[in-house]
Amino acid sequence: MNLKTFLLGTCSAVVIAGLAQAETLTIATVNNGDMVRMQTLTDDFTKANPDIQLEWVTLEENVLRERVTTDIATKGGQYDVLTIGTYEVPIWAKQGWLLPLDNLGADYDVDDLLPAIRSGLTMDNKLYAAPFYGESSMVMYRKDLMEKAGLTMPDAPTWEFIGDAARKMTDRAAGINGICLRGKAGWGENMAFLTATSNAFGARWFDENWKPQFDQPEWKNTLDMYVKLMNDAGPQGASSNGFNENLALFQQGKCGMWIDATVAASFVTNPKDSTVADKVGFALAPDTGLGKRGNWLWAWSLGVPAGTQKAEAAQKFVSWATSKHYADLVAEKEGWANVPPGTRSSLYANPEYQKAAPFAKMTLESINAADPTKPTVKPVPYVGVQFVAIPEFQGLGTTVGQLFSAALAGQMTVDDALAQAQQVTTREMTRGGYIK
Amino acid sequence: MARAVSTRRTAVFTIAAWIIALVIFFPILYTIITSFKSETEAIQGFNLIPSGTVESYVAVQSQSNYFKPFMNSVILSVGSTILALLIAVPSAWSMAFSPTNKTKDILMWMLSTKMMPAVAVLVPIYLLFRDFGLLDSRIGLTAMLTMINLPIVIWMLYTYFREIPGEILEAARMDGASLWGEIIYVLTPMAVPGIASTMLLNIILAWNEAFWTIRLTTTDAAPLTAFIASFSSPQGLFWAKLSAASTLAIAPILIMGWFSQKQLVRGLTFGAVK
Repeated sequence: MNLKTFLLGTCSAVVIAGLAQAETLTIATVNNGDMVRMQTLTDDFTKANPDIQLEWVTLEENVLRERVTTDIATKGGQYDVLTIGTYEVPIWAKQGWLLPLDNLGADYDVDDLLPAIRSGLTMDNKLYAAPFYGESSMVMYRKDLMEKAGLTMPDAPTWEFIGDAARKMTDRAAGINGICLRGKAGWGENMAFLTATSNAFGARWFDENWKPQFDQPEWKNTLDMYVKLMNDAGPQGASSNGFNENLALFQQGKCGMWIDATVAASFVTNPKDSTVADKVGFALAPDTGLGKRGNWLWAWSLGVPAGTQKAEAAQKFVSWATSKHYADLVAEKEGWANVPPGTRSSLYANPEYQKAAPFAKMTLESINAADPTKPTVKPVPYVGVQFVAIPEFQGLGTTVGQLFSAALAGQMTVDDALAQAQQVTTREMTRGGYIK
Repeated sequence: MARAVSTRRTAVFTIAAWIIALVIFFPILYTIITSFKSETEAIQGFNLIPSGTVESYVAVQSQSNYFKPFMNSVILSVGSTILALLIAVPSAWSMAFSPTNKTKDILMWMLSTKMMPAVAVLVPIYLLFRDFGLLDSRIGLTAMLTMINLPIVIWMLYTYFREIPGEILEAARMDGASLWGEIIYVLTPMAVPGIASTMLLNIILAWNEAFWTIRLTTTDAAPLTAFIASFSSPQGLFWAKLSAASTLAIAPILIMGWFSQKQLVRGLTFGAVK
């Protein structure tokens, strides 16, 4: 063997080894229960795709959002699959930051995705992210306390009924608050709840010309009702309570009602974590008779950034994680109640799921009742039920959320909070070029 | 009589010191206690007696590998400290023993870089890291941590070196010591307590740095700060697991701080009492 043959052989071996080497996908995600479960089940994917390895980057939601935004905007190419929410998808797709998911495989059955969820992730008839789990909001209530108060929860309650029931259920001496609602400031915390609730009162963030609407009576009615109700029947220090704090209170039996994400239904009915697991009932988010319910729409979805070099493998993974096969896998390993909810019609048609998840019907009805393109009574120039899908909303929503949280804490009046919200929003929208 | 008053005063100061120390340490203590609770116990309000379960530690270890971020933390904090000292010792020496009329300005300028909010330079730094291929690399992050802590290291060493009489160095020079000989054989041994405490403080600062370590890494160079961040959840109660992850992350630096507290205190009070 001469030197030339030896070198040629070595080079070929290196090339073959390189080709055979597994491709590693870096997946950015949040530490929510369903995501954590997915990480434990990925053997199923890597067995079927031995040439693909998975690396996870798990971060707190806001840090993840900031990191992924920085990486995409600077084309850093650090991630191959992103976990993103319904808020980001239309904005990022418009910027050309996400690849359209047009290679999800023949058996993916994209038409099985719930129309409301799918429409929020689609632009120009192209799907830009595949939903991993979807949620709306609904009323979770204690059946025993409702009965004790001499009331019966209708399937579709009004805010008047909720207010009355909350006050009757409140027993501060026994540590029971009639209602627990989000108060912690943040566009994804109190403003998700209040924006969705304001839709039921006919309020809107902006009119058709992007003029802020906090000076209108609909917003005053919303905020007045919220602050009064929370003062009469809410827990102490409610202005610092977000999803997790209210979940803890409800699981400990300290809330008569809780209006929040449908995904919480599986937590509050799980006897391992909840002391009231067998006493929980569900109802649609309340309305005021104006034709819109205050229920939101959100999906944690998987998208592929435009900067990735591994688009094909990334889509393969997205397809696996959001497929019917994955739902079957979770059902087999962890039971039907733990299957990620709110994404596929077939799941809700499955009798085994219906049996295991008593909240299934209400979750589906809540998701179907939300319309991101027509979120409120009057017409709006934006998309989004509990948010406004414009880049400025993160900052604006949090600033307004701080004002409303201060109103709940009694640090300012409702009128002052609304006046300041109007002022800040008008300034930012003018600066952003929306108001000419 | 005077002795009784003095004893009483000592006792009062001791008790006050213990109370203050306990108040400062309490959040860490409660984190450790919570890590030995189940998730259900963790959310059931204030309770100082845990059930003693280690399920959160098991869950944390099975969910993510502790060893890799731990090793990254060690490499980054020790590496950046060595690099910072290599740059800072000569810098502080020159400013302490050969000051010019601009030395104070330079020192103030260096300190002023610490006053700038890190987020203001996030995008330029990110672009630099991207262009030099340093994203998610230990080399890049070591350099970053070095630069972040360099002003503090130089300031501390400058303060310690200023306490050393210049006459000793002059004597060494008269005995024929070279510049490096003067720094290595005369100055450094005299400044060991100061250098040691600077080193320890820098390791602690680098170990705890969270802004850049989370933002410039993904998987390969991610240290324990990223490990803790991965257990924070907006939708789900994982307080016990988060506490277990935090305990695992702070334990090494806590143990190191405990064993080196004498050196730390000696160094930090170096030159304070004449």
